[in-house]
Amino acid sequence: MMERIPILRIGRLLLVSIQVDMHDRLAMTLQDDLTAQIAATGARGVLIDISALEIVDSFIGRMLANISGMARVLDAETVLTGMQPAVAITLVELGLALPGIRTALNVERGMALLQSMVAARGDGLVAEEGEGDADPAQ
Amino acid sequence: MPIRRSETLPIAAEMDIVKVRQTVRAWAIACKFSLVEQTKLVTAASELARNALEHGGGGKATLEELDDGARRGLRIAFEDQGKGIADIAQALKDGYTTGGGMGHGLGGSKRLVDDFAIVSAPGKGTRVTIGRWR
Repeated sequence: MMERIPILRIGRLLLVSIQVDMHDRLAMTLQDDLTAQIAATGARGVLIDISALEIVDSFIGRMLANISGMARVLDAETVLTGMQPAVAITLVELGLALPGIRTALNVERGMALLQSMVAARGDGLVAEEGEGDADPAQ
Repeated sequence: MPIRRSETLPIAAEMDIVKVRQTVRAWAIACKFSLVEQTKLVTAASELARNALEHGGGGKATLEELDDGARRGLRIAFEDQGKGIADIAQALKDGYTTGGGMGHGLGGSKRLVDDFAIVSAPGKGTRVTIGRWR
């Protein structure tokens, strides 16, 4: 069975909620799927919720940093939401401060941050009439 | 030091890293570690299990629950039969990597635990032992 983390599309936003203890290949698959989806849908924003993740080690940290960097190159902003306090403490002590990744305490604040980041570029997260809303992401 | 129980897990595939994480988590909970302590231990174990797989070509993790009368602790040894580490001091430096990682695995893991020991030589494999007390 080919495991995958689902990617939901809402207007010009891609939403990912990581709910499982990811093995490395699953993390790589998510990275590939997400960049492909950004390119295919012309998404302006990516929100990744990790509130269910009990650890972020250097591999997953690198994957998250990669997604953010690749999204930027593909003209989309990324916000990481819901990191558990114990995970944050551990990450910083591990030496990973995730530079360049925007974070928010929860999905609601993350959405607001994404809206403002995308709006600052004179764009919107809601697809305009007849644009980009014909083919929903898988 | 009295060992209350021990268990050895193989590290031969990616899914084994997940299994090591889950087992360390269960043991850390049984030892009544706080959530932050559990998270640090599990994260260090994940880094070292991956090292054993990626750099050592696989190996095993041995968990031991310790009780020295005054306190309880968890000790985990990661062993591989890989090419070993020529310069351990350099390998512990942040940002040093020979693989595809960020170079925080070994030095970072050391900061997450109370006890850290590494025995390695070129061609002799690597054994990293970590311990955390409560």
